[in-house]
Amino acid sequence: MLKTTTAIVTLAALAGLTGAAQAEIRLGASLSATGGAAFLGDPEAKTIEMLVEQMNEAGGIDGEEIALTLYDDGGDPNKARTFATRLVEDDEVVAIIGGSTTGTTMSILSVAESEGIPFISLAGAISIIDPVRDYVFKTPHTDRMACEKIFTDMQAQGITKVGMISGTDGFGASMQAQCKEVAGDYGVEIVADETYGPQDADMTPQLTRIRNTDGVQAVLNPGFGQGPAIVTRNVAQLGFDVPLYQSHGVASNAFIELAGADAAEGVRLPGTALLIADSLSEDDPQYDVVTSYTTAYRDAYGQETSTFGGYAHDAFALMVDAMKRSSDPEDPQAIRDALEETNGLVGTTGTYSFSPEDHLGLDLSAFRMLEVKDGGWQPVE
Amino acid sequence: MAGRRKWISLAVLSALIVLLPLVFPSGYYYRVGALVFVNALSVVGLVILIGYAGQISLGHAGFAGIGAYACALAPEHLGLHPLLALVLGAAISAAMAALIGRPILRLKGYYLAVATLGFGILVSMVLTNERALTGGPDGMVVSDPGLRSLLRDMGWRVSGGEFWYGASGFVLLVGAWLALNLYDSPTGRAMRALHGSEVAAATVGIDVPRQKLRAFVISAVYASVAGSLLALQNGYITPDVAGFMHSVEMVTMAVLGGVGSVLGATFGAAILTLLPQVLTVFAEYEQLVLGLVMVLVMIFMPQGLLPSIAQRLKGRNK
Repeated sequence: MLKTTTAIVTLAALAGLTGAAQAEIRLGASLSATGGAAFLGDPEAKTIEMLVEQMNEAGGIDGEEIALTLYDDGGDPNKARTFATRLVEDDEVVAIIGGSTTGTTMSILSVAESEGIPFISLAGAISIIDPVRDYVFKTPHTDRMACEKIFTDMQAQGITKVGMISGTDGFGASMQAQCKEVAGDYGVEIVADETYGPQDADMTPQLTRIRNTDGVQAVLNPGFGQGPAIVTRNVAQLGFDVPLYQSHGVASNAFIELAGADAAEGVRLPGTALLIADSLSEDDPQYDVVTSYTTAYRDAYGQETSTFGGYAHDAFALMVDAMKRSSDPEDPQAIRDALEETNGLVGTTGTYSFSPEDHLGLDLSAFRMLEVKDGGWQPVE
Repeated sequence: MAGRRKWISLAVLSALIVLLPLVFPSGYYYRVGALVFVNALSVVGLVILIGYAGQISLGHAGFAGIGAYACALAPEHLGLHPLLALVLGAAISAAMAALIGRPILRLKGYYLAVATLGFGILVSMVLTNERALTGGPDGMVVSDPGLRSLLRDMGWRVSGGEFWYGASGFVLLVGAWLALNLYDSPTGRAMRALHGSEVAAATVGIDVPRQKLRAFVISAVYASVAGSLLALQNGYITPDVAGFMHSVEMVTMAVLGGVGSVLGATFGAAILTLLPQVLTVFAEYEQLVLGLVMVLVMIFMPQGLLPSIAQRLKGRNK
């Protein structure tokens, strides 16, 4: 499968070189499909390749096929900038999707801005869209929104004193800072603030310190990868009996497997509809889009979807929607203008409505508070 | 004879820098060219350290990181012009190299490699963890040095890619000129002598620790300036620039191209910068091809690509 898609992408790239003889829309992507951020970039790249193929089989946009040029920047911002330059100058794409990490996004962003190419980022940081830049949009919620969602839930539970343990990777560190900033707005006090390295194998000392802090009512763990799974296991081993909140960074079934269903029981986190795709009710506004994406992805790759692949799905959907509405789907300026007018587009992450002041277009309702029950994710009522 | 070698190297380098843009089909090639020059600059520094003085360093990305973050931090916190920040970064790198060089350069072989590696990792850890200052793993924005608008005021319109191609090409030329001058200077000869045999060098009155330290400091400045240039042209910087892999990449470029020759270093930098761009179609096999190229060069051309080819050509002419 991978081989055929690579071949298709290659052919598409070659077709791109032969000039605009046949009508086609050139879409560029620079994602971190390998390297340290591969758990983000790999599902994103697979998703976009799959969707482009689907779109072209269905006849493209107004009869014009989409020619995708996809580069793997390996999570290196320097490479990402080179590929962004290549996409704009050499491949002459009309729009770019990409930037799996905040670092790569910031590199692509300056190229997109100076060349006037619409760019949808798949990275979390709030600094991408704040201040608003003309050509830059993004699909994932910000870390701040995840914190707000978690604190809203804590507030409802009457929790006011929280012990925080964060990973020192980009994701964990950024969310740690955001959570500390907004905690006060929800009457929550961070009474303990511990960190761990992304490769650490045991967080018992930090958790013991949190347990010995007076009045801790809940533990919050911003981070992704294996760290949160270890924290979850350690909390259970210590018999530390307070609610444990994880971040959207580990919103996947793999997390439950890694932590063990027993230890993960009762863990809460803000997630997207994708995670509960199979138990989503049919009247849910996201039912159609989530179901069709999960089914297609399972068929194509034999794997489960992830929140991150969902970000890429939404970015592609937004781009296609804008191209369809725009006066000329081969004109970057027209696509940008149409993107900004996006109103009520339902994606897997939430419902997007852009405006000149808001290039994220999601609100807190996009997040669902989920809880691990009997080894699976269940929405919290 | 030695003088002629120097001028030939410089002439070839400047001819390449000036003539290549004539065949560039798009602005993207200027970007790649600028990257080659920046990488080549730090590799030229390693030629002095590894090729001349025979010492190894697996931590030079640390100096690149210092140079890069100097350009990001100094304008913001000290109000320095980015170009002065580049000089400041080079000064800090030199001071740092002098400070740690003394004890570290007493070590040899593997031990020296591990000690320098430790230094590089330390720098990268500081950059990653001092979030309040450096923005942490997400990196930080580098302000524009404003040189392009200066040129524009003088009625010379150049794109960002063209400007940085020219600027890094120029700095590389200066760096190569200095390194080539050093080769035949008393200091350069002393370095090469201790490369051959430390005992023999000491016997003829060369202050071995001092010459080693000199080579280390000079190469640190090269890496630092290269890091600064990279930060300025990217406008954004993350701790990756100081990462271990970047150090390894630098040494690989030097060894691949030919660690004793400035032109070879540029050649090595060009190959390792271009290959990933050429191989995007085979992205999955990129590492495989790179590894294969390395192994083949090491087996059949142990002196590096360029010196081996040059030697073979000479041999044929005789």
